[in-house]
Amino acid sequence: MPEELEAVIGLEIHVQLATRTKMFCGCELSFGDEPNVHTCPICLAHPGVLPVPNEEAVRYALKIGMALGCEIAPRSIFHRKNYFYPDNPKAYQISQYDIPICGEGKLGDIRITRAHLEEDAAKTIHVGESGRIHGSAASLVDFNRGGTPLVEIVTEPDLRGAAEAAEWARLLRETVRQLGVSDVNMEEGSLRVDANVSVRPAGSTELGVKTELKNMNSFRFLQRGIEAELERQRELIGAEGTVEQETLHFDPASGDLTSLRSKEEAHDYRYFPEPDLVAIAPTEAMLQEARDSLPELPAARTARYEAELGLDEAQARLLAGDPDQAAYFEAVVAAVGEAAEPRVVANWVTGDLTAALRAADDAERPAVQPLADLIGAVASKQVSHAGGKQVLAILVADGDADVAAVIEREGLAQMGGDDGELAGIVAAAIEADPAAAEQIRSGNGKAIGAIVGAVMRETKGRADGGEVNRLIREQLGL
Amino acid sequence: MAELTDLTVAEAAAKIAAGEISAEEYGAAWRAAAAADELNAYLWTAEHAESLEPDWNGDGESAPAGEGEATPYGSNAPAPAESGPLAGVPIAIKDIFTTQGIPTTAGSRILEGYRPPYTATAVRKLTAAGAHVLGKTNMDEFAMGSSNENSGYGPVLNPWDRGRVPGGSSGGSAAAVAGGLAPAALGTDTGGSIRQPASLCGIVGLKPTYGAISRFGMIAFASSLDQCGPFTRDVTDAALLLGVMQGMDQLDSTSVGIEGGIELPTREDLAGLRFGVPRELGEATLDAGVRAVFEATVARIEELGGQIVEITLPHAEHGISAYYVLAPAEASSNLARFDGVRYGLREAGDADLVEMYETTRSVGFGPEVKRRIMLGTYALSSGYYDAYYGQAQKVRTRIAQDFDAAFADVDFVITPTSPSVAFELGAKTDDPLAMYMNDFFTVPMSLAGIPAIALPAGLAAPEDGGDGAPRLPVGFQIAAPAFAEQKLLEAAHALEGALGFEAAAGDAIPWKGGARHA
Ligand SMILES: [Zn+2]
Repeated sequence: MPEELEAVIGLEIHVQLATRTKMFCGCELSFGDEPNVHTCPICLAHPGVLPVPNEEAVRYALKIGMALGCEIAPRSIFHRKNYFYPDNPKAYQISQYDIPICGEGKLGDIRITRAHLEEDAAKTIHVGESGRIHGSAASLVDFNRGGTPLVEIVTEPDLRGAAEAAEWARLLRETVRQLGVSDVNMEEGSLRVDANVSVRPAGSTELGVKTELKNMNSFRFLQRGIEAELERQRELIGAEGTVEQETLHFDPASGDLTSLRSKEEAHDYRYFPEPDLVAIAPTEAMLQEARDSLPELPAARTARYEAELGLDEAQARLLAGDPDQAAYFEAVVAAVGEAAEPRVVANWVTGDLTAALRAADDAERPAVQPLADLIGAVASKQVSHAGGKQVLAILVADGDADVAAVIEREGLAQMGGDDGELAGIVAAAIEADPAAAEQIRSGNGKAIGAIVGAVMRETKGRADGGEVNRLIREQLGL
Repeated sequence: MAELTDLTVAEAAAKIAAGEISAEEYGAAWRAAAAADELNAYLWTAEHAESLEPDWNGDGESAPAGEGEATPYGSNAPAPAESGPLAGVPIAIKDIFTTQGIPTTAGSRILEGYRPPYTATAVRKLTAAGAHVLGKTNMDEFAMGSSNENSGYGPVLNPWDRGRVPGGSSGGSAAAVAGGLAPAALGTDTGGSIRQPASLCGIVGLKPTYGAISRFGMIAFASSLDQCGPFTRDVTDAALLLGVMQGMDQLDSTSVGIEGGIELPTREDLAGLRFGVPRELGEATLDAGVRAVFEATVARIEELGGQIVEITLPHAEHGISAYYVLAPAEASSNLARFDGVRYGLREAGDADLVEMYETTRSVGFGPEVKRRIMLGTYALSSGYYDAYYGQAQKVRTRIAQDFDAAFADVDFVITPTSPSVAFELGAKTDDPLAMYMNDFFTVPMSLAGIPAIALPAGLAAPEDGGDGAPRLPVGFQIAAPAFAEQKLLEAAHALEGALGFEAAAGDAIPWKGGARHA
């Protein structure tokens, strides 16, 4: 059996910025419009035109850099990346090379190498069966997308598995989404993730030969693509083979990995400093503005929920990933006060409430106070948990309902054990199911569920489950 | 009364403004002169305009009326303003500037028939000041050359001697002004492409500071060096055109403009000004006649009260080497967009993509352009970048530092403009390195980004001419610190008056009529 091989994964993420206009010209950004309507001499690379950087894109890049804890370069410069292709009308892409606007940073436990500004390519459409340029009847170019501002974020190879990579990519998407600088939609291509994948003997500190997986257009495909590639590399090495450096395309339909180009076919991009542009030197005011505009981001919010509110990590991350829900949760926690633990509130918000909203065709959340009242009522046993869920359904339908009045009107006030009513219902339920009673007596604990269920049906959920259990055992003399 | 075409631009503009002459008659006189071009100076003239439908989209097709609304980058073909400092003045434009709806080729077959969808900022500024586009002038293909023999549309002839070159790359513009085919012209200077042809044609050529005039709409050769400037008969006209064209442009991030603008120069003396002569000039390869004119001009400077100081530019001798790495490197990238996909020439359109690219560029580009694309591509290749591009950038920095050090002591640096007078057609076409040496005195200023003016300073017999060969013009170059154009123009104006080139050369000057009908 060969030694265990550890996964080493780094990501390269392209984020299309949702600025009003393109990176170096005045054309508006668009998605899904008629081809070639958002073009001008500059983004069509007519002779003599010059690029002028989009200041809004620079501001957005600064926000991303700060959200990722990156060092911001006082003077970053653009380079030209030269290659011929019809989607690249200047035959060079203006990008950043050795001095990116955002240097080293960190998101969660994963180190960021850099984040830089560049422009997107146009879109080529190959007419014909293959959908690729080879063998196509004709190729068409839509320049609407050409010149859209992009921030490319590159991580260190710190990820150790496909699931971890997909999970981290989700955190990154949520972080960028909350900055309001991109639609971050993978299907539409406003978020594109490539993965650099290699394996090495567990415990080694050296890097193996990596392959690059291109453009997987969902987090699920990202995970599956990495899984497939890790498996391929492990099998290859297991069979005494070697991994070749190459760029791969993952086909989610077939699960196949096909080579796009090998190391030998790699381009020499002949990078050199773009002479048509001057350095980007953000002013202190621009930096301050970017700093001030940062919301509390998912990673920080998760940490705060764990440390200050005592939530477990999964629950904290679930809430922190959705800023609307997180704000609602915090408001309910405040309204509940001492009446219940934040952990209990989190369970209600992420569990019962989410289910109730979904059941009501994605209804609106109820107002904060009624939900806080309900959580308080359940916590103080004025109403059972099951009864509370019935109240919740009513709150979802009528967000401003008065919880106490609903409990009263629906007769959901929890039945206590002291007035004998519940004891009577329990006794009737035991009598009605002697077989179950016998099994319970002979030590089959699970059989108690049948009797509990009968009591709950009879009380319409008003009884407290724990109390019913206690009464059954008492009456059976256990 | 003298002919209308004898007036300088400043004189004509003043007379038109005062109602002393008719703008229509003045314009018609120049259109007729341009149409009589026998020098191959023009690729297109306003005479052709009537037969040309505007090409609004730049796709070679005329669009229906109503679709040609102004874009943010320029309205339709330069409609001149009614009034302004250049009202009624026609100006020849080097074919490297885009002019909406008017064919623009940069001297290359790869852009044959291309009609741009927008107009260059420099041209728009001229037309906004009332000027007309008189024509588009011939040039070395993509401004690569020092003789105008690299044009895809045939060489330009020197109006002083039609067996000789006018210099390059702005040879058509220089020949048009010198030959009486335009009152003034626009050119571009990357390593000497205004100053050297101005020198070889006996007129004034000004290369402003890099960033003084917008490059938007100037088809790029070497973006970090290219700068637009005027060809004129005298220094006053150069100041007039520079004043109109200079300025920061939102469409050119590297444009700065000249603080305070430019006024017409009036200075008549050089008292208190210090002129630096590079010590290295002593060893430079230089025609004897050119050296003699240079020395005589230095004497005139002293007579005008100027002080001659020896300076040193120790790295300038490496200027040509650095230039012929940097400029081709940038060019290899700038010219990659001519790929047959969107506009201009497309060959082998039915073949696959790579074959279409290769055939289009093989057919469309001339040999010098191909040579420089290959040089530049090589210089930027991984593994060679540091040795070539990186080293050349260091040399560039050193040369700029040399000038900084010199300007700490002197107001100007003076040199000859070109090592020789105009040479014969074909004399250097087989020897690219000899051709490159034409830029020896002009390249250092380009690398340093500083302004320099070429003045006609005298005449000299060509060393390659036989007995009795007509004497040809010799240029004198004055360079100044960045953005010191006003000071430069004042000094040039004073020296111009003292040199009296026009009076001395007399009827030998082609635009004065002597050689115009030769
Ligand atoms: Zn555009």
